[in-house]
Amino acid sequence: MDLINNLTLGFGVAFTAQNLLYAFIGCLLGTLIGVLPGIGPVATIAMLLPATYALPPVAALIMLAGIYYGAQYGGSTTAILVNLPGESSSVVTVIDGYQMARKGRAGPALAAAGLGSFFAGCVGTLILAAFAAPLTEVAFKFGPAEYFSLMILGLIGAVVLASGSLLKALGMIVLGLLMGMIGTDVNSGVPRYSFDIPELTDGIGFVVIAMGVFGYGEIISNLSHSEEKREVFTGKIQGLLPTKEDFKNMVPAVLRGTALGSALGILPGGGALLSAFAAYTIEKKTTLKPGEVPFGKGNIRGVAAPESANNAGSQTSFIPLLTLGIPPNAVMALMVGAMTIHNIQPGPQVMTSNPELFWGLIASMWIGNAMLIILNLPLIGIWIRLLTVPYRWLFPAIILFCAIGVYSTNNNTFDIWMVALFGAIGYMFIKLGLEPAPLLLGFILGPMMEENLRRALLLSRGDWSVFVTRPLSATLLALAVLLLVVVMLPAVKNKREEAFVED
Amino acid sequence: MLLKSQKDFFSGLLFLTVGSAFAYGATTYQVGTGARMGPGYFPLMLGVILALMGAVIAVRALISGAPDGDRIGAIAWRPLLLVLGANVTFGALMIGVPAIGIPQFGLVVAIFAQVAIASLAGEKFIVKEVLVLSLILSVGSYLAFVKLLGLQFPVWPAFIAG
Repeated sequence: MDLINNLTLGFGVAFTAQNLLYAFIGCLLGTLIGVLPGIGPVATIAMLLPATYALPPVAALIMLAGIYYGAQYGGSTTAILVNLPGESSSVVTVIDGYQMARKGRAGPALAAAGLGSFFAGCVGTLILAAFAAPLTEVAFKFGPAEYFSLMILGLIGAVVLASGSLLKALGMIVLGLLMGMIGTDVNSGVPRYSFDIPELTDGIGFVVIAMGVFGYGEIISNLSHSEEKREVFTGKIQGLLPTKEDFKNMVPAVLRGTALGSALGILPGGGALLSAFAAYTIEKKTTLKPGEVPFGKGNIRGVAAPESANNAGSQTSFIPLLTLGIPPNAVMALMVGAMTIHNIQPGPQVMTSNPELFWGLIASMWIGNAMLIILNLPLIGIWIRLLTVPYRWLFPAIILFCAIGVYSTNNNTFDIWMVALFGAIGYMFIKLGLEPAPLLLGFILGPMMEENLRRALLLSRGDWSVFVTRPLSATLLALAVLLLVVVMLPAVKNKREEAFVED
Repeated sequence: MLLKSQKDFFSGLLFLTVGSAFAYGATTYQVGTGARMGPGYFPLMLGVILALMGAVIAVRALISGAPDGDRIGAIAWRPLLLVLGANVTFGALMIGVPAIGIPQFGLVVAIFAQVAIASLAGEKFIVKEVLVLSLILSVGSYLAFVKLLGLQFPVWPAFIAG
C-alpha cells in the first residue's frame, strides 16, 4: 500500500539518532518557552526559529515541528495551572482545567490534556498522510485563478472562524497584504515603499513582525496591568495519573474531540479554536453520569475533549499547507516563513520533488507528539516550578531572546530597530482591539496573492470574469461568499458574538 | 459629537489613513492594466479597499458600540518606552552604532544594560536581582547562542577584545 510505503520512507528519514535528538530539543525548548504565561505559540516559534538556522532542512523542520507541539502543550499547561490561556484555542480548556487544578487535580488534568493530545496527534498524522497524496493531485489541476480564489477563501475562513469583530479582522488582513507589498516587486524589480532604505528593499522580515507584534506588544500590555495576584498551584499536586474513573470518562470525550477536530482542521482558516469550542459544547450537551462533576466545576471531559480537538485540528491544518502551500492560520504562516528560510517553498511540488523531506516531516510530527508525552509527563513538576518564577524576571529574559532572535535572522541591527517599531504598533493594535493574527496571515500571503492574480489576469487578457467562469475557482469564491453571508445572518451573528465574549 | 465606540473609531481612522497612504504611494509606481499589471496595481487596489473599510468602521463607530463607549484607556507609556528602549539599547550596545558614535560593547555589556532598563518597567526594581539575572542570562546566552549554535556575536567590547 502506498500509505504504508510512504510512511516507512518518512520514518526511515526521521528515525535517526540525530533527528530524534532535534525533535527532543525542539519539544523541550518549545515547552519551556510556551509554558511562560503571556507567550503564545506564534511568539514561541518566532523566538526559537533562529535556533534552527544552522541545521540541514529536514532536521530543521523536525525541530520546528517539535517546537510547535511543545509550544502548544506548554500553552495548555499555563491555561490549566494559572487560568491564563496562552492562545485562543485553549480558552475553553481554562474553564474546567483550572477548576480541576483548584481541587488539587492538576496532575490528572495535565495528563488528560497530554494523553488526549497524543491520541489526537496520532490520528491527525494518519489522516494527513492519507489525504496528502490525493489532495496534491488536485493541487496540480489548480491554475493561478484557482490559487487566488483559494487564498481569498482561506483568508476569509480564517477571520470568520477565529476572530471577534469581522470587519476589523478583514481590515487587518488587507493591512497585512499591504505590508507584504513592501520590498522589491519580483516582476518589475521596482522597490516599493522602501523609502530608499536598502534593508527595506528585501521587504520586512516576518520574524520582525511576529516578534514585535506578538512578543513585545503582549509584554507591554501585560506590564501595564499591575501584576494581578495569580493563583499558581504548585504544592497541591498529588497523583499525576488519572484514576480509572477518569479514564472511563475521558476516552469517549477524547474520541469525539479527535473526530471533530480532524474534520474542522482541514477547513481553510483551520479551526483549532473552532474545534475546541465545538468539542466543549458537545461534551456539555451530553448527559452527566451519576456522581460526575458538572461542567465548569472541573470535569475531566471538559479538558480532554477540547485539547484533543485542538491538537487534531492543528495536525490536519498542515494539510492545506503541505499540499497547496497555503497557510490556514498564523502559526502555519510562520512555518511557511521558516520553510522559505531553508529554501523549501511549501506546495504540491514538495511531495514529488522532495519525498524524503515531505514524508520525513509527517513522520516527525508523530515523533514530536510522542516525544511530548515522554518528555512532559515526567517533567510536569519542572514546568510548574517555572510558572512560579515572577514575571519581573521573565520579561527581561524574553526581551533578550526576542532581540537576539531578530538580530540573528540577518545579522543586521536594522531588524532590531524595526522590531521596536512593530512592538509599538503591536501595542497600538491591542489598545484598539485589533487582532494581529489575520495581519500575519495576510502578510505571508500578500506576495503569493499578487503573483497569482497577475498570472491569472495575464492569461485571461485582463478579463476579471476568469475567476467566476472557471468552475473550481467559482466554487471556491462561492464558498467564501457563503461563509461571509452565513456569519452576517442575525441568528448566527449573535451566537458568534456570544462565543467570543469569553475571550 | 459622541463616539459610540472609541476603539472602533480610531481603528477605522487608522485603516483609512494607512490605506490612503499606500494607495497614494502606489500611484507613484507604474499601475498598468489588468492584463499587464504594473508594480502599483495590486497595492493601489488594496489601499483603496482598506481605506473604504476604514471609513465604514469609523462611521459605524459613531452610530453603535458597547454601552461603555469602548474606551481605549490610558496608554502605558512607561512599559512601552522601557521595553522598546531596552530592545534598542541592546542592539545599539552589542553591535555599536558608528553613525552616532556608539562603539561596539558586545553581548555581555548589552545584556546587563538591557536587563536593567527592562526591569525598570516592572513593579519592583531590586539591584541585586537585576545583577544576578543579567549574569545568568549572559552566561546562558554565551553558552547557548555563541558556543552551541555558533551565531556570530561580538561578546566583549571591541576596544578590549581588539
